[in-house]
Amino acid sequence: MKSLKNITLFASLIISLLFVQCKDEDDNVIINATCNDGIMNGQETGIDCGGPTCLPCGETLDFSGIYIQEDQIGRPGINTLFGTAGFKDSFNVTVPSAMQAEFQTKFQAKLLFMNELYTANILGQTAEEFTTLFSKDVLWLAQTGATSYFNGTEILTGRNLGDDVMDFSLLLIYGGPNGTENPELISDGVSTNDAEFSSTFPYLAGPF
Amino acid sequence: MKKSKLFTIMGGLGLATMSLFLMSSDQNDAPAVSGTTADIVDFYAFEGANSSNFVFAATVQGLLTPGTPTEQAAFDETILIEFNIDYNNDLKEDLVIQAIKRGDSMYFFGPSAPAYSGSEGTKSTIASSAPNSVKISTAEDVQIAENNGMKFFAGPREDPFFFDFNRFNEILAGTATGFENPGNDTYAGTNVLSVVVEFPKSMLPNGTTGVNPFAAGTPMYNVWLETKRKQ
Repeated sequence: MKSLKNITLFASLIISLLFVQCKDEDDNVIINATCNDGIMNGQETGIDCGGPTCLPCGETLDFSGIYIQEDQIGRPGINTLFGTAGFKDSFNVTVPSAMQAEFQTKFQAKLLFMNELYTANILGQTAEEFTTLFSKDVLWLAQTGATSYFNGTEILTGRNLGDDVMDFSLLLIYGGPNGTENPELISDGVSTNDAEFSSTFPYLAGPF
Repeated sequence: MKKSKLFTIMGGLGLATMSLFLMSSDQNDAPAVSGTTADIVDFYAFEGANSSNFVFAATVQGLLTPGTPTEQAAFDETILIEFNIDYNNDLKEDLVIQAIKRGDSMYFFGPSAPAYSGSEGTKSTIASSAPNSVKISTAEDVQIAENNGMKFFAGPREDPFFFDFNRFNEILAGTATGFENPGNDTYAGTNVLSVVVEFPKSMLPNGTTGVNPFAAGTPMYNVWLETKRKQ
């Protein structure tokens, strides 16, 4: 009797262990297949290799080495609009945290060079405020809510594929405090892309 | 508009020879990178169709005409394409998503903390973590990889940028006094190489409020794109 009880207990223990093991494996398969979890799962053809997302099995790829910066962009067209010959190359290899100190006064000179009569833009920024912001060439991206470079409601909360970014830049440079100055210079008359964007990944339209 | 004012503006524009190099938002923006495989055309960052996700898109090697030029355009295995994310508004990258070509695929690393940041941010090593990858697409063979809530794409796409660049050049040259309406999209019918990654916002720590004065209550990230060449 006693041994039978022990056997029953042992058997149920084994079964429960199997059950636990199955559950863990199921968790890995269904919820979180990654290329570095130490088991073959997802669409892998070997442990953490093969399939559409992991490295090919038996193939070692070389990702070693030092990479040095050659180009940089945050907001659209900043170097193109505010850079001038002589510092455009250095702008591309300057870290954002050093940009304001190095380029703000040059940007301001360039702004006043483009529009000598600049007083303020529709964002209420003086020449110094405007170029202080834009000399730090990073793009703001809102953690929550709609993203847009400018759509009349959202202001600098990201950049969608279809945002008319050049018109916004022209408006800030030439439009004055009410956005009504220099009407022939504040819009290029092209407000949309020539191909329709997709509402699903990868969003960009297929090539011509 | 008074003539004197117009001339002031036109004079400024005309002398602004930098703008003559304008090709796309960032393409050919400076002599050293112009026309190279490291030359960034543009950078986009937006909320995905699923509002829980962000999408980063980089375009390089612009103004590809349809047919052979687009078919033969190739990513460079020595060029690292790096999306930078700063979540605490110190303008220093806290996380990066790296993309680089090997063979017929694009490999993606991160988001993960970079080896170099801040004043050393112009230097990079590629993360040692296991990458995700996607086979590089062609016009006919579109490949999208999905893993761990992320989506990956690399290949030719239509250039999303639009601008009447020719008219802008005429304005700069003094042969036009302003834009036309409607204008003509200089980039109509041209392609670029693109790298697109979509990822859950939950992969990032919270952004910082008070950064964007036009949306002061909304937490913001500072994001930017870099290309780096293997030494």
